[in-house]
Amino acid sequence: MAGEYVEGEFNIHPMDQFQVIPLFGGTEVNWYTPTNATLWMGLTVVVVSLLMVAGPRGRALVPSRAQSAAEVTYGFVRKMVEDIAGKEGMKYFPYIFTLFLFILFANLLALIPYSFSPTAHIAVTAVLALAVFITVTAIGFIKHGLGFFKLFWVSSAPTVALRIVLAVIEVISYFVRPLSHSIRLAGNLMAGHAVLKVFAGFAGALGVGAVVPIIAITAIFGLELLVACIQAYVFAILTVVYLNDALHPGH
Amino acid sequence: MEGNIAEMGQFIGAGLACIGMGGAGIGVGHVAGNFLSGALRNPAAAGEQTATLFIGIAFAEALGIFSFLVALLLMFAV
Repeated sequence: MAGEYVEGEFNIHPMDQFQVIPLFGGTEVNWYTPTNATLWMGLTVVVVSLLMVAGPRGRALVPSRAQSAAEVTYGFVRKMVEDIAGKEGMKYFPYIFTLFLFILFANLLALIPYSFSPTAHIAVTAVLALAVFITVTAIGFIKHGLGFFKLFWVSSAPTVALRIVLAVIEVISYFVRPLSHSIRLAGNLMAGHAVLKVFAGFAGALGVGAVVPIIAITAIFGLELLVACIQAYVFAILTVVYLNDALHPGH
Repeated sequence: MEGNIAEMGQFIGAGLACIGMGGAGIGVGHVAGNFLSGALRNPAAAGEQTATLFIGIAFAEALGIFSFLVALLLMFAV
């Protein structure tokens, strides 16, 4: 699939950037092989740790820049969890905050040129989404036992026939959740990076006219910065919504 | 012009799949536009509803992303 670079022609290979390549030569990828995906996920963890552990280390009354960045992020996610899932949901705040930070920084680091975006891979996001799905379902059953099935039974609907139809729809939509949850994140990231690469491909053949795609790339890059933050927020907020469904089933 | 008919089908299918993305665009615009018109009528209540706005946008956008994924699969994976 890897395309060759040809001088003076359109070089549009938008999917090449998503290839998982072993770090230390070779082409074989086993489960233990350190690849570029491993590297960038590791870097994400390092950056998150730096911000959240080393940043607020000073515990100053007047915070430094790193400390206030960490505090603002913490407060933002905390408020989101508290608003949607209430006091009960705060028990699961560390999990949601971890998800948010990991996705946010994986998205942001992926915008560095020549980097690799782990969150554009459905393999990565599917694991995150399945973890959320299993956790939330388990919490629902542990907290409410069989009462969790009230989530699928819309008791406010007027007739029993309608309730049965709605129950079918609710069950389907419940099981589509991990699918849409993972594909939304991976699809958005993949689309954005592919668009950047397509525009970069135009530049090769245009000579001086390459200014136009370069300006376009700059604009799209700004948009991607926004998408990176919004998708992390959306992933986290949907996790909270699902968690809230598990904590308070029934309509 | 040369190439086989299967490849032509792939490209046509990918193009058709992209129509779905237009639908998602309409949906997202609808959500954001209605939010804005509501927010301008009652700015005091708008701040609390931004989370709902993003949830709505995310649900509308997911379907467009699905069709984009189908297009990508047709172009590069089939």
